[in-house]
Amino acid sequence: MQRHEVTLTVNGRTSTVSVEPRKLLVDVLREDLGLSGAHIGCEHGVCGTCTVLRDGRSIRSCTTFAVQVDGAEIRTVEGLADGAELHPLQDEFWDKQGLQCGFCTPGMLMRACEIVEQKPDVSREEVREGIASNLCRCTGYQFITDAVCAAAARMHSGSSETSGAQA
Amino acid sequence: MKPPPFQYAAPTSVAEAVELLAAHADDDARTLAGGQSLVPLMNFRLAQPGYLVDLGRIEELTRIRTDGDTLVIGAMVRQSDAEHAPEVALRAPLLAEALGYVAHPPVRNSGTVGGSIAHADPAAELPAVALALDAELVVVGPQGTRTVRAADFFVGPFATAIEAGEILTEVRFPRRDGGQSFVEFARTHGNFALVGVASVIETDGATIARASIAMSGVAPVPVRATAAEETLAGSAPDDASIRAAVDAAVAGLSPSGDAHGSAETRTDIARSYLRRGIELALTRAQDRR
Ligand SMILES: Cc1cc2nc3c(=O)[nH]c(=O)nc-3n(C[C@H](O)[C@H](O)[C@H](O)COP(=O)(O)OP(=O)(O)OC[C@H]3O[C@@H](n4cnc5c(N)ncnc54)[C@H](O)[C@@H]3O)c2cc1C
Ligand code: FES
Ligand code: FES
Repeated sequence: MQRHEVTLTVNGRTSTVSVEPRKLLVDVLREDLGLSGAHIGCEHGVCGTCTVLRDGRSIRSCTTFAVQVDGAEIRTVEGLADGAELHPLQDEFWDKQGLQCGFCTPGMLMRACEIVEQKPDVSREEVREGIASNLCRCTGYQFITDAVCAAAARMHSGSSETSGAQA
Repeated sequence: MKPPPFQYAAPTSVAEAVELLAAHADDDARTLAGGQSLVPLMNFRLAQPGYLVDLGRIEELTRIRTDGDTLVIGAMVRQSDAEHAPEVALRAPLLAEALGYVAHPPVRNSGTVGGSIAHADPAAELPAVALALDAELVVVGPQGTRTVRAADFFVGPFATAIEAGEILTEVRFPRRDGGQSFVEFARTHGNFALVGVASVIETDGATIARASIAMSGVAPVPVRATAAEETLAGSAPDDASIRAAVDAAVAGLSPSGDAHGSAETRTDIARSYLRRGIELALTRAQDRR
């Protein structure tokens, strides 16, 4: 089968992989680039655990062929933290218990990242509506909403106060 | 599951795409737009095209422009880009409102306007919008370019007037005055709706001058509620007219039931959402005056 060269900049690092056209973006991330953060749940666009950002906007990496995003800039959950320093979203998910089993978390974080980057002063209602794109079978969404709102408020005010200090 | 193997090309012009479709017709060549309907079908091996022509690199299909009074949306315009485009808000607010009901933002960030219309899911929002606004669909194939009216475009569930080897390139929305509204009932927001109603209502002083109403989810294809349109035209913009129009529309419906809703449920929902949609479009028409 014919293979295609695909160049992706993932979390700031550019790599070229040789793939069959049928290879899904999520499988390139997980198998070729060793980034197993994006999970595979339903494989038909419904659950959202495979959500990553393409050129700053959330997409389902399970319903995207890698060849379609040749040349694109991709961000995954692995790119959120700055070294050992957690991203405010990750920090608040931890603090507010925005996860239980964690299966939905990588996709939920990337969707939340898009929401807070697009609208720093996002309202609680908009967060609830926004994360409806991603399914969570554990938390009941309340703690996720709390975490995203807290992170948005922190990022918006530019405060570097950690949640540990508030607790 | 994963998709079976296929060959792939990403041309940069419509002419090249049409040539590729013709050259690989024996491999069941198909176009790939945003992939938000096709890739799930391929992942489940419900579709197994041997060759995909990806339209994603064709610059000319990604534009939103105006041609006189007509709003022209390139087939490859992403649903979320159309949803937030100022030209769409101004010239076809019905389309912008309906796009807000199409799946969720991560799907709309990939899915395209042309892909949704070409896919022709009977429950989809955009085909009903195209029908209500009397859109024209521009289709290019080996024989050249032709324009199909929305009324002739949707021929069955997941079936359109696009012939094998042809590509939908543009959706043209003629200007419509008056108030526009899109309302729908879905079990959960972001899922396909049971019933959707697209309405455009123009008023002239104390009467309704013209009404265009299209519905999704009540038939194998989106349908115009012609009886309601005729009842409304020339009548007073009041409760009695709306009631009569809704009754006329519902009398003509025979939706089929399925696991998501029985025929009776769909008819009941159609009744309430027709009323809501017409009322909303009428209020907006009156606000605009
Ligand atoms: C979880 C989920 C929820 C969804 N919910 C909704 C919803 O509520 N409402 C709704 O309307 N849709 C919904 N969709 C479908 C979504 O809107 C798709 O984006 C759309 O139906 C297809 O557009 P696409 O660009 O992704 O096309 P693709 O999936 O790439 O193509 C779909 C079909 O159309 C053909 N095609 C595409 N473009 C062209 C063209 N220019 N010329 C000729 N043929 C073409 C393809 O060959 C293919 O057969 C949902 C999808 C998912 C994954
Ligand atoms: S695995 Fe991609 S949406 Fe479920
Ligand atoms: S934490 Fe288990 S699915 Fe969300």
